[in-house]
Amino acid sequence: MLEKDKLYSIWVYLQAEPLFWLTLTIGSYLIGDYCYKRSKLFPLVNPVMISIFIVSIILLKLNISYERYFDGAKFIHFMLGPVTVALAIPIYKQFSLIKKEAKIIFISLILGSLFAITSTFLLCKFFSIDEKVLLSMLPKSATAPIAMGISDLIGGIPSLTAIVTILTGIIGASFGTFALDFLKLKDMSARGFGLGLASHGIGTARAMSRNRTAGVFAALALGLNGIATAIIVPLLFKLFSFF
Amino acid sequence: MLRAIFVIFFFQLIGEAIKKLFQLYIPGPVIGLVLLLLTLIFLKKTNNKNIISLKKDVIDTGNHMLTYLSLLFVPIGVGVVMHLTYLQNNFFRVLIIIFITTVSTIALTAFTMEKLKTKIK
Repeated sequence: MLEKDKLYSIWVYLQAEPLFWLTLTIGSYLIGDYCYKRSKLFPLVNPVMISIFIVSIILLKLNISYERYFDGAKFIHFMLGPVTVALAIPIYKQFSLIKKEAKIIFISLILGSLFAITSTFLLCKFFSIDEKVLLSMLPKSATAPIAMGISDLIGGIPSLTAIVTILTGIIGASFGTFALDFLKLKDMSARGFGLGLASHGIGTARAMSRNRTAGVFAALALGLNGIATAIIVPLLFKLFSFF
Repeated sequence: MLRAIFVIFFFQLIGEAIKKLFQLYIPGPVIGLVLLLLTLIFLKKTNNKNIISLKKDVIDTGNHMLTYLSLLFVPIGVGVVMHLTYLQNNFFRVLIIIFITTVSTIALTAFTMEKLKTKIK
């Protein structure tokens, strides 16, 4: 009995430490990554999804608040900024290729960005989604911090936008390649560009893990569509509010 | 490596400052990305030995950091799961909308780009 009490007190001590949740996050990611590699990079075995699943189950089972978890996980979350800056490096290395195809990139960007936004608008209307939720969903293909800023600007709910945006990333990264294979699209830069444009960082991470060229064009699309969405959504919103 | 980390953090810092200064909706790290890219292009033909070695350091460290890109989405992802109740009765409809629009956007964008490329060649 005494032993059990001792173990319990160790647990109470550890679960209050950020280190515990930081280690759990890295550990569960390593498990996810192991599964992904064992599955020979099968898209549905997404390492991000697996590790989110493991951590969430543990938090829910042990009744740990997200705030306590984030106290440790914030050190990993923090690196999202610097790593975004580092995306400049693969783009720089392929810059001559990008310059050569600037026109094609621009047309694909505008078409893809407009389609992402208008198709979301129309389907939301079709499914009669509440106005607030609809506005929160419009910028979902942009990277999370941009999408949340836009949502706030047009009267959406930023935290809801964060949820929808992350789901967009995971769904795009998991199912996008099936659509690309179905259409028999073989060009790595085009495949990467589509993934990065529609499902931002998570799509980019997925493209990067498969092919360097795909990764570069995904990173490029992530940056460009962040900017395009920030311009297009508020503009369309103003246009629609006239009717 | 430490110099490279300093450079990357510094560019993000400048990005954050510009965002605040001009009240932009573009996040600081994305502005930092553009600035770092412009700087690398600007220094492409430099002969300065120190700058060349620093550049190599930044490129190697940055590439290494990028291999962990997926991991960085786990903390927000867990937040999403914990806050799924926000979506309430909209949940399944929202999920269907995300699925259809995202997969079709990926397909349409990649299709457009590949067809344009083969047309030009």
